[in-house]
Amino acid sequence: MKKISGNKLLVKALREEGVDTLFGYPGACTIDIGDELYKQDDIKVILPRQEVALVHEADAYARSTGKVGVCIVTSGPGATNLVTGLATAYYDSVPLVCFTGQVARHLIGNDAFQEVDIVGITRSITKYGVTVRRREDLGRIIKEAFYIARTGRPGPVLIDLPKDVMGELGEGEYPKDVNIRGYKPNTGVHIGQLKRAIKMLGKAKRPLFLAGGGVNIARANAAFTELAEKTNVPVVTTVMGRGAIATNHPLYIGNLGMHGAYACNMAVGECDLLFSIGTRFNDRITGKLHSFAPKAQIVHIDIDTAAISKNVKVDVPIVADAGEAIGKMLEYVSECGTQQWLDQVEGWKKEHPMAMKRKPIMTPQDIIEAMNRIFDRAIVVTDVGQHQMFAAQFVEITEGKRLLMSGGLGTMGYGLPGAIGAKIGNPDTPVISISGDGGMQMNIQEIATAVLEELPIISCIFNNNNLGMVRQWQKLFYGKRYAMTCLRSGAACRGRCGEVECPAYTPDFIKLAESYGAVGIRVTKKEEIEPAFREAMKSTKTPVIIEFEIDPEDLVYPMIQPGGTLEDMILDC
Amino acid sequence: MSGNGMKKRWISLYVENQVGVLSKISGLFSGKSYNMDSLTVGTTEDPTISRMTIATVSDDETFEQIKKQLNRLVEVIKVIDFTDIFVRMKEILYVKVRKCTPEDKVELFQIAETFRAKVIDYGKDSLLLEFVQTATKNDAVIKLMKEEFRSIEVVRGGSVGIESISMMER
Repeated sequence: MKKISGNKLLVKALREEGVDTLFGYPGACTIDIGDELYKQDDIKVILPRQEVALVHEADAYARSTGKVGVCIVTSGPGATNLVTGLATAYYDSVPLVCFTGQVARHLIGNDAFQEVDIVGITRSITKYGVTVRRREDLGRIIKEAFYIARTGRPGPVLIDLPKDVMGELGEGEYPKDVNIRGYKPNTGVHIGQLKRAIKMLGKAKRPLFLAGGGVNIARANAAFTELAEKTNVPVVTTVMGRGAIATNHPLYIGNLGMHGAYACNMAVGECDLLFSIGTRFNDRITGKLHSFAPKAQIVHIDIDTAAISKNVKVDVPIVADAGEAIGKMLEYVSECGTQQWLDQVEGWKKEHPMAMKRKPIMTPQDIIEAMNRIFDRAIVVTDVGQHQMFAAQFVEITEGKRLLMSGGLGTMGYGLPGAIGAKIGNPDTPVISISGDGGMQMNIQEIATAVLEELPIISCIFNNNNLGMVRQWQKLFYGKRYAMTCLRSGAACRGRCGEVECPAYTPDFIKLAESYGAVGIRVTKKEEIEPAFREAMKSTKTPVIIEFEIDPEDLVYPMIQPGGTLEDMILDC
Repeated sequence: MSGNGMKKRWISLYVENQVGVLSKISGLFSGKSYNMDSLTVGTTEDPTISRMTIATVSDDETFEQIKKQLNRLVEVIKVIDFTDIFVRMKEILYVKVRKCTPEDKVELFQIAETFRAKVIDYGKDSLLLEFVQTATKNDAVIKLMKEEFRSIEVVRGGSVGIESISMMER
């Protein structure tokens, strides 16, 4: 067979892996790869404005399509700009393959121009990372990278490509098979353990399903819903698990955890069997560990052995893919006598329903409810902060809707690039991002990408002039000392609002949108919400930025203090 | 770490003999705040595979996590828990003693005999001893020699271990 360069083999490999879109930003060390991509039309290349956003775009593309997200960036700063996005993807189990340029082999270690040890830097935030040191290993390594990224618990893989290796001529064959002796992802379910868990479920008086992000990643929503219905067991979800069952389903209680619904946290406190699927019992879920689900035996299904009994001691561990385990369970389960328990849960729901105080001025709940009414299909992508928790509480996820966010790492700046990635992967689905005014400014340059790619995303900014979530903690736990959280006056603010004249808010998001060639709509009153969304829906090629001016005093409730227990739940103040 | 079952434990690891694997393993321990007492590594009869012996002090739960986390790594081929199986395990220790009086030298030869150590080098007022024994015994030797002599210099290799031949194979 004819010998080809590493660059050519890379493009061939991408094609054989079925990659139709990739996110790239050029540089000296990847210029040859760019040149190969230029010569073909099978793979669409997206050019974002910043690698930090680029990797979020690939991430959201992967989350929303189930395919592997692909990034190609250059060495040095191009590579280090991936760090936050890799960690974001790692914590939320998103399959990515990121190619980084690297200086030629003889320069490695010399502190060459734009040289960094990116494999070393990202070692603890990638599922696997490797520098290709020999041209003959290139095909195998790419094959393995895609396999590792998408199998087992998915995650980001980084491949570092020295420029001279990529230029070298070699084998043109891309391998068909993978065999990695140290990596054999779990397949199948231990039926004995599963039957033990099902028996416990049958015997329990107050059983509760806890669905995590794993159920959504496995796309097992329909099967999970069937499981809940067949057993008649109520369901709570983590923030990442929201949508595992439709949020308007009668068996659905809500999210648990720091900003979870009162009824959920009560149910977890009172249940005698917590049947959890695809969650790692993060501290935001459990609060103080020894008072988490104190009366319950715990069943834990997870694809990652290391996630089991890491935080919470588990009575029945089951290592399996959520989808496979749920599918098997459906063969064995029958209805559980839960009527009394369901009534009790219903009582808690009525006692403290999930709702913000109704006010004459516009609240985040008003905006999200309008969104729920208007869109019957949508992918909603959030940033991180108060608006994210409002979204997690109020966005309805039914068939045809999905919610994407940086749940594990909590990465501000995810919202706008996330919407771009999701829209590129799902051109026929309405995509809406929700960001705070803080997070929006972390990747605002991406409006240009959205305009150029003609993506009619609807990007909502919940502008309260503040870094609201940190401000909320300051208001509740730090004697209203608002250090560094006012974006209007900056760190010099010191809470002297009213005493001194505050500078005007910068930027003017509407003018900014317009200068990028996007549409900007400002909403200041309740009655403007729906018309703004209706207007935005009409756009077919242009992104629309809607800025909602909201009150910084709107806080996210309920709230359990970090490391607190149920008794510490603040319902309102 | 809670104190539950806090004790010294050993793991034997088969890993890919590749650049960066040692750093990946040690990075896992430091990144997750696991204790690492010692780590030895060397290639096996298969040059693509290295074998490590790791000693750690941890409680039951943390140790379970350590094993699971190691198993997750793509470069780790196999994890063997040495804590509760019959293993042969030794550590090499060199002790150089300086500023010895003639009486010190006599005592050092006695120590060498008692601990089945070898005196491998000899100077005007110094001796070099080599001990191959368990890490615990080496701890004891170091403690003793630090108390007995004015100037000592120590280097030790970390334990290497291998499973004993099982009853079935005998």
